[in-house]
Amino acid sequence: MADLSLKKLTKAYGQVEVLHGIDLDISDGEFVVFVGPSGCGKSTSLRMIAGLEEITGGEIWIDGRMVNNLEPKERDIAMVFQNYAIYPHMTVRKNIAFGLWNAPMSKSEKSARIEEVARVLDMDNLLDRKPSQLSGGQRQRVAIGRAMVRNPAVFLFDEPLSNLDAQLRTQMRLEIKKLHQKVGNTIIFVTHDQVEAMTLADRIVIMKDGFIQQIGTPEEVFHNPVNAFVAQFIGAPSMNMLEATGNGQDLSLRNGEKLPLQVTTLTGQKLLVGIRPDDLVLHPETPLITGNISVREPLGSETLIYVSSSHGEIVARVPGKDAPRVGEEVHLGANPDSLHVFDAESGAALV
Amino acid sequence: MSVASEVSGRPQAATDLLFSRKAKKQRNMGQILRWMVLFLGGLIMIAPIAYMISTSLKWPHEVYNVNLIPEEPTIENYTYVLEDGRFYGWFVNSIIIALITTVSNLFFDSLVGYTLCKFRFPGRQIVFIAILSTLMIPTEMLVIPWYMMSQSFGWLDSYWGIMFPGLMTAFGTFLMKQFFESVPDDFLEAARIDGLNEFQIWWRIAMPLVKPALAALAIFVFLGNWTAFLWPLIVTNSVEMYTVPVGLSGFGDEVDVAWELIMTGAAISTLPTLIVFLIFQRFIIRGVVMAGLKG
Ligand SMILES: Nc1ncnc2c1ncn2[C@@H]1O[C@H](COP(=O)(O)OP(=O)(O)O)[C@@H](O)[C@H]1O
Ligand SMILES: [Mg+2]
Repeated sequence: MADLSLKKLTKAYGQVEVLHGIDLDISDGEFVVFVGPSGCGKSTSLRMIAGLEEITGGEIWIDGRMVNNLEPKERDIAMVFQNYAIYPHMTVRKNIAFGLWNAPMSKSEKSARIEEVARVLDMDNLLDRKPSQLSGGQRQRVAIGRAMVRNPAVFLFDEPLSNLDAQLRTQMRLEIKKLHQKVGNTIIFVTHDQVEAMTLADRIVIMKDGFIQQIGTPEEVFHNPVNAFVAQFIGAPSMNMLEATGNGQDLSLRNGEKLPLQVTTLTGQKLLVGIRPDDLVLHPETPLITGNISVREPLGSETLIYVSSSHGEIVARVPGKDAPRVGEEVHLGANPDSLHVFDAESGAALV
Repeated sequence: MSVASEVSGRPQAATDLLFSRKAKKQRNMGQILRWMVLFLGGLIMIAPIAYMISTSLKWPHEVYNVNLIPEEPTIENYTYVLEDGRFYGWFVNSIIIALITTVSNLFFDSLVGYTLCKFRFPGRQIVFIAILSTLMIPTEMLVIPWYMMSQSFGWLDSYWGIMFPGLMTAFGTFLMKQFFESVPDDFLEAARIDGLNEFQIWWRIAMPLVKPALAALAIFVFLGNWTAFLWPLIVTNSVEMYTVPVGLSGFGDEVDVAWELIMTGAAISTLPTLIVFLIFQRFIIRGVVMAGLKG
């Protein structure tokens, strides 16, 4: 178990820099999730931590050691790959045993350790099978077992759930979380799925184009996004963005509606007003948005309604009972406290 | 379906039926044509083997008759060849040479192929092209330099002299490189994290994953060396160092070639190739099936 620090970490492939100075401190036992759209550099960061990818600039520290020039096996890490990468020609037992390749243990100690891991992962009965005889979820478990078996300082997961079907994904997500609570090792988990990030993380690192956008707890990044990108990336469905213009103490929306503000803006400043679908209510006292419903998606207790309005298409989450029908005209409003205001040009949140 | 349309009896259904019958007929014709082509191909491939066996069962005076069934079949030729001590020696030579060369190719071709496939290093492309370009030079052109080399190193008339040109092949290297492309890097990286060194990763992870390719290569190399003629003929001098094909060609003299004995020796010498094929084809067929599932 260990602290981990990334200091001004950069990565370039040839002339192209894909990571532009990542700074991050992770404390012992923390569950950190890297999340961001595809191609933002999550895997590259993880692979640099693992030692599979050369470091162009900056430093990586694990447990007080600078590991830049250490081989993967010397870094005290273990990694679980997206497509499991369990060796197809070996039994499950043999696969897990490979995690102990360099462990200074006797044969009997090793096999005891393998049995123990298999018990924790609830797969004692699978030990003598070949990977081809396992389901996707079981394979994933084997991959996790191989990583767990030598109790590394840091676990690295690269999109480990994205090859599973939706139901299994939810189940494995829960298991990984429980596992973390049980073993307590530091975990860095990469995903492009913000729901996975929110549900698993102690802290989320949101990345885009090789830059960190925000680091914070799931609550922080949800309630206080630092910019429009984070605001729209976290939360499903995405936050609605309304174009507006600032007038000092208030702002005006495109339809001329005026809104009081807690923040001061420049007069004429182009703004984006963010409203989460959950924060929109039907039949408000002061309607902000009026329009006809183009699509509705019933989810049971709630229904998503897509409203064509003068602000573009707006999504709202309304109670499932007596939800309005397609074509109906609705008025939507929001509590001013729940609004997020961003500068339209830089995307930065105004607070 | 056709039954249902027959019952309904509507004109539309009738034409359906007509069409489906016609289509069936065309399918059958296609099928027959395909079978015929395959049959002819099979015949062409089997004919020489049939003649080899037939000739090996004939008396010398009948050898130049084209009849497939010998008039007076005899196993006299087999007794002669097997009792002739020389054939036994050639057989052992051929086995030793083909086996060592096969093992050497399996090891070195895949080692080099793996390196060229999975490692990025300066000059990689040049090395690969250099290896490939040797494929364009026919053996006939190479035997003279080989011979001069063997002569100056004192390798003439020895196992090493016969084997050294084939211990590694460009073809095998290329084949293995292509097969290693199908091994995902994730396996190798997982092994690297597990703590295996690069040689162990190759030997324990990558090699077992390309078994079908290794089996195919084993068959190619074994057969190639088992039937090699030109170079063994040139590099050997003493009858004891001959391989089977070289030895067989010497049955009889320039005027009177003993075809029945040559064919007998050839028939016997197909046995090891059959055995090698039977051992390894299992892997090849499984490999093809596996590749099919992936795609
Ligand atoms: N081997 C490579 N060579 C060149 N560019 C690469 C290589 N690997 C990744 N990249 C680039 O680096 C960026 C980040 O990739 P990656 O870390 O895999 O993203 P992701 O966040 O989806 O995991 C992408 O733009 C990708 O095209
Ligand atoms: Mg990735």
